[in-house]
Amino acid sequence: MAVAKKVPEILTNQISYCPGCGHGVVVRLIAECIEELGMERNSVWSIGVGCYSLMGASLDLDKIDSLHGRGAAVCTGIKRCNPDTLVVSYQGDGDAYSIGIGESVSAAYRNENITVITVNNTNYGMTGGQMSATTMPGQRTTTSPLGRDCETTGMPMKFPEMIAGSFPDVAYVARGATTTPANVTKLKKYIMNAFKAQMGKEGYSLVEVLSPCPTNWKMTPLQAIDRINNELVDYYPLGELKTREDK
Amino acid sequence: MKVKVRQERCKECGICVANCPKKAISFSKEISVTGYRPVVVDDDLCIGCGICYKMCPDWVFEILGDRG
Amino acid sequence: MEDMIKGNHVFAEAAIRAGARFYAGYPITPSTEIMEYLSTRMDEVGGVFIQAESEQSSMNILVGAAASGVRCFTASSSVGMTLKQEAISHLADEDLPYLAINVVRYGNGLGTLLSGQSDYHRDTRGGGSGDYRNFVLSPYSLPEAVELISHAFDLGDKYRMGAILHTEASLGQMMEPCGFPEMKTVERREGCIDGTFSKERISPLYRDRYSEALEMKERYDRAKENEQMWKSEHVDDAEYVMVAYGLAGRSVIGTVEQLRKEGHKVGYIRPITLWPYPEKAFEEVNPDVKGFISIEENATGQMVDDIALTLKKSDMRSKPVYCLAYAYGVPTMKKIKADFIKIKNGEMKEVY
Repeated sequence: MAVAKKVPEILTNQISYCPGCGHGVVVRLIAECIEELGMERNSVWSIGVGCYSLMGASLDLDKIDSLHGRGAAVCTGIKRCNPDTLVVSYQGDGDAYSIGIGESVSAAYRNENITVITVNNTNYGMTGGQMSATTMPGQRTTTSPLGRDCETTGMPMKFPEMIAGSFPDVAYVARGATTTPANVTKLKKYIMNAFKAQMGKEGYSLVEVLSPCPTNWKMTPLQAIDRINNELVDYYPLGELKTREDK
Repeated sequence: MKVKVRQERCKECGICVANCPKKAISFSKEISVTGYRPVVVDDDLCIGCGICYKMCPDWVFEILGDRG
Repeated sequence: MEDMIKGNHVFAEAAIRAGARFYAGYPITPSTEIMEYLSTRMDEVGGVFIQAESEQSSMNILVGAAASGVRCFTASSSVGMTLKQEAISHLADEDLPYLAINVVRYGNGLGTLLSGQSDYHRDTRGGGSGDYRNFVLSPYSLPEAVELISHAFDLGDKYRMGAILHTEASLGQMMEPCGFPEMKTVERREGCIDGTFSKERISPLYRDRYSEALEMKERYDRAKENEQMWKSEHVDDAEYVMVAYGLAGRSVIGTVEQLRKEGHKVGYIRPITLWPYPEKAFEEVNPDVKGFISIEENATGQMVDDIALTLKKSDMRSKPVYCLAYAYGVPTMKKIKADFIKIKNGEMKEVY
């Protein structure tokens, strides 16, 4: 007996992402969780700067476009004024871990009761594929055309590990991926846990998502998925780094 | 019919084709209004498991479940 | 007689009395006491106080509060305000009101801890990208600051624009007798972000930019027409009109009084709104005036440009405009008088 599955009502127009981009899956999972929690008319989404900036036209729910990297600060302001509303900051690795690193870390440090979802595709996608904080050693990007040299640029940043390791009071930290049916199922659970942590006023929650970027990785969608499954998860392990019970 | 397909949304990424456990999904020979060859689902092979819905980044699928 | 209170504490309490219930900021001399005062006062009135990790972050926190319809404010000084410019431009794009208190300290870059007026162009033209405007109001005393702070919030709500209380180190640090009005209660603005999505919000990438441009220009023109504020005296028969704002304006009041007693026909215009610039004040000036003198606490002369622009729109466009730019510190009446005599004697060249 098959279970009926329909894309949530709050997702309206199609988003013009590249074929195979992971954003579409992440956005759908967040929308499913919001719908299942009955929070469609009690949620606010902050949309950062990146390819996902285009998704405002596809979301039938309260939202704000934030400046590059500032999502965690804007969400802090929104949550403090609307303490019972589900406030989500949607950011890319470029937005949250480079220009926004100050705001991103400080929201976790202050244990603000918000949920931050960062979509990590190891490059600055929207501007054409420059090196980001999470670009892998040897990875070719438009600003590391010979492959990333970690001797001069540093090792890729593991933000969830940083947060879980530095701030013992945060509510929930996890890393997921969109690359297999099992991973998508787990990722939805992570997002749901993060939202429940927020609604239970337990503190700051973070879910990083490894997402394919076929265009800037110069791969087909399926090759991009393989890159995540075979290479990235060794450096960026999937799973819950801090669960709601570890306090 | 177990699965409804919004062909105008399909971008031919191939993720559903690769993940369908019954190999029920294939690319159409026709070109859609958006310039892609959208997917088609063979209803006889399909078991309505919903993996295509889960993996699709473009919200193409609706699994009809018992209504289908 | 009212109590003697420190300027920075006056600014903070005035915002509270005006109904503001959200503050996010970062310490910076000479504005820090504003934040220190609010760290306990905000709690007393059930508001939100956040000491953020930087001026830029605190301004973005304010974006969230302003978007949520809450009367909110921040305070900083010169180089700290520089960090807020990106968010100020963003707030303007989103039509969100707020108050930013700039306790100006003289200088470029890190600057100094000296009182000055070197941010005039930056605050009136805007340091962020785009062609937005903010209300800019400058008090000459603490009681006037109390009035202007309440007025600034009301202007912001009326025009959906930000407001800057443009003051200086000396006013923030000094004490004088000052009272406060009764506590005001302000409701959250309607149609704001509260989760319910009661009002459609369109992403910047999809908005109708052309009609927004027309609407923005019309709104700014309306503000320019209706919201100019100034004080002036002795302009109808003046041979020379001094123009100065803030504490320099306060010195000029006494200077004009003394010069008049000595037989000189001088008057003054003290702009209170720096944006919109009080062009109407110049319509009252004696048409046979011999010149205008801008008195400023900066190195290069900034407001003098706005005097020249104002005159260009009128029949007085060929009147000379002089500039006494005293770099930093509140200029003394003695100094201004001495320089006035030089101007009157033809020993100083006009700027325009």
